[in-house]
Amino acid sequence: MRKVYLDHAGTTPLNPEVYSLMCEFMKNTFGNPSSIHSFGREAKKWVDKARRQVAELIGAEAGEIIFTSGGTEADNLAIIGAAAARRKKGNHIITSSIEHPAVLNTCKHLAKNGFDVTFLPVDHYGLVEPEQLRREIRPETILISIMHANNEIGTIEPVKEIAAVAREHGVLFHTDAVQSAGKIPVDVNALGVDLLTLSSHKIYGPKGVGALYKRKKVRLHPVVFGGGQEGNARSGTENTIGIVGFGKAAEIAARDLDSEFERTGKLRDKLIRGIEERISDVRYNGHPERRLPHIVNFSFSYVEGESMLLSLDMKGIAASSGSACSSSALKPSHVLTAIGLPYELVHGSLRMTLGRMNDEADIDYVLDVLPGIIAKLRSFSPLANKLTV
Amino acid sequence: MYNETVMDHFQNPRNVGEIDDASGVGEIGNVVCGDILRVYIKVKDETLDDVKYMTFGCGAAVASGSMLTTLAKGKTIEEAKKLTNKDVAKALGGLPAHKLHCSNLAADALHKAIDDWLSKTGKGDKPDGEK
Repeated sequence: MRKVYLDHAGTTPLNPEVYSLMCEFMKNTFGNPSSIHSFGREAKKWVDKARRQVAELIGAEAGEIIFTSGGTEADNLAIIGAAAARRKKGNHIITSSIEHPAVLNTCKHLAKNGFDVTFLPVDHYGLVEPEQLRREIRPETILISIMHANNEIGTIEPVKEIAAVAREHGVLFHTDAVQSAGKIPVDVNALGVDLLTLSSHKIYGPKGVGALYKRKKVRLHPVVFGGGQEGNARSGTENTIGIVGFGKAAEIAARDLDSEFERTGKLRDKLIRGIEERISDVRYNGHPERRLPHIVNFSFSYVEGESMLLSLDMKGIAASSGSACSSSALKPSHVLTAIGLPYELVHGSLRMTLGRMNDEADIDYVLDVLPGIIAKLRSFSPLANKLTV
Repeated sequence: MYNETVMDHFQNPRNVGEIDDASGVGEIGNVVCGDILRVYIKVKDETLDDVKYMTFGCGAAVASGSMLTTLAKGKTIEEAKKLTNKDVAKALGGLPAHKLHCSNLAADALHKAIDDWLSKTGKGDKPDGEK
């Protein structure tokens, strides 16, 4: 049976070039980068190179990259670290209602511990409105965190405009760029951000490693204490193997960004067009233009998401859904709820995310299989009023 | 996540559809939680001559509707009243723990369909202790 992986926003397979380099590194180099001796210096050389590679992907300097255990830890460090460092200035934080849980739940944690958090609503495309954000800024506002692009619907936020508003008011600005980095150009100086989160396994690097970009002179309190590694921002002996892989993955992502953007974008457009042509009562979730090249999200009326995922999986197609039944927390997607979808359409959502594992034949196969699956599930749906036969 | 029996009933759901001249209809669930299951019964001589269901729900909901209707068909009203969600889950060889309380409600829908039939026929006046 054909296998089609449409969950690249969930995670990606290791790039073979990354794999080879990691193997070479772990076979020969085991030193602790903090050690003075030759073993340590050799390991440090590799980590330094990876730091430059990651910095280059986002137009930063190597010294502005803090390696972490992943995107979630980088988000935690940015938000908790900045909030703690600026506590004397104020206690107000602004974020959006469609952030990744790594940001959302970190902010909620702070809200329970003396901070005041504003969760901005979004419009029905998932966009934050910069002028609305400006109106929420108070003298005690110390941090704004708005994601670069949304992981469920692919909408690209006006981060440059928001960063300008933040700067105007002397407020620190963080963005989670886990889904956008390596997919669209991300330049920390062009965007004007102070803090930016990256993850390795979304760009064909290994899991368990990520990074926080921290603009020079921005002060953060650490959240992990110990030996003072990573400029004292993140203690703990570096995950050298992971970092080496992340560096290589970042280098490849930068190298292939333009060609993959175009190739993936074409597949996305074909998939969207095909679904709209072949299936009735569908709703495209996201922005028609301000969007990532690899994320496609549709709601199919009258059918439930987990049933769709199971049916697709039996045909070898891997996707995801915002339905409550398909989440481990049994909660419907907060993103789809925030853009104003009724519950029925949140449960009936299907996210298909493209990447290097996909070609045109994959899209043809999905377009061949999906209409039948939807028709079958609708045939016994009590919500599909007299859609029978 | 689901065992083979569940997947079989999900892939080939038995007794899906509506009964046009149903003796009783019962529905359980809501769109907020994401599962709706509707059971139709046709009663002949105090026996479930036909049972069908429709569902908007996850794999467990589809499979439990399929198993419930399979178990209920041919049973007398009294026997059918005693069918529980637990019986359905057991006949399916078990369901994931987090699905038990939200997606395994087919027997409840059947009981509602029976109540509907009882009230329509005027047989439901006597207090019915069972829920």
